[in-house]
Amino acid sequence: MSHLDQIHPLIAVLIALFVLIGTVLTLLGTVGLLRLGSFYERLHAPTLGVSWGTAGILVGSVLMYSTLGSRPVIHELFLGIMMMVTAPVTLMVLGRAALHRDRAEGRPPPGSDAPGHPLKRGTER
Amino acid sequence: MTLFPHPLVSAVIALLWLVLTEVSAGQLLLAAIVAVLAGLAYRRLTPDPIRVRRPRQILRLFLRVGGDIIRSNIAVARLIVTQGRDHRRRAGFVHIPLELTNQHALAILAMIVTATPGTAWIEYDPREGRLLLHVFDLLESDDWVDIIKSRYESLLLEIFE
Repeated sequence: MSHLDQIHPLIAVLIALFVLIGTVLTLLGTVGLLRLGSFYERLHAPTLGVSWGTAGILVGSVLMYSTLGSRPVIHELFLGIMMMVTAPVTLMVLGRAALHRDRAEGRPPPGSDAPGHPLKRGTER
Repeated sequence: MTLFPHPLVSAVIALLWLVLTEVSAGQLLLAAIVAVLAGLAYRRLTPDPIRVRRPRQILRLFLRVGGDIIRSNIAVARLIVTQGRDHRRRAGFVHIPLELTNQHALAILAMIVTATPGTAWIEYDPREGRLLLHVFDLLESDDWVDIIKSRYESLLLEIFE
């Protein structure tokens, strides 16, 4: 007998659903990272895993351990906050590095050929 | 010189320490030491204290961002799966003129933009107060300057400035 037997089947289904949502979104983010065309587009894909990819798994974890009553659920809360706080740092470093490279090589970043686009008219240094 | 230049930062770190270890006399002492050191270190990074003017608006912002994150998760996941079969996706850059100057408010805005799939914070020019955003799917119907300014910036201005 495992401790999982203490969980009501209905709650177990709910937990499974949240974990499934989280893992599927994380997987889709990874697929996007592999298949999208340009660097700037690829920047968007992993944010699926950072937002609801993480949140889904965390909500599942909160549901499970609060039903079992084995520990307070505050760990997940802090985990979520830490993910939210640290993700922009990496993203900004990568994004700015790509933009810097594009500018240094005098090449307009992909997607900036649209009419009326801010990066088109050489306003950037 | 005060021991707690950033009481909020110190309090959160002490709480985090106790939650992740256990509540005992020894851990309490360690938590206090870490909290004081972290607060002092944080003062060297940012001299201006965190001042929240309208705490009640934080909940409003939180709920609004939460809803937007769910919606954009679905949108971006669908775009990755369909590979642009429904419509031609066009990614591109948008310049957003910002009125926000408070460092903490800008940090929160960066977190919101990053946590919402489909928008990426690329660059902020503090002299001109201009943010360069990369948008995954530039729909004609969306006015990104208006979305960022009216949905998030106005609330952040109320909270911090």
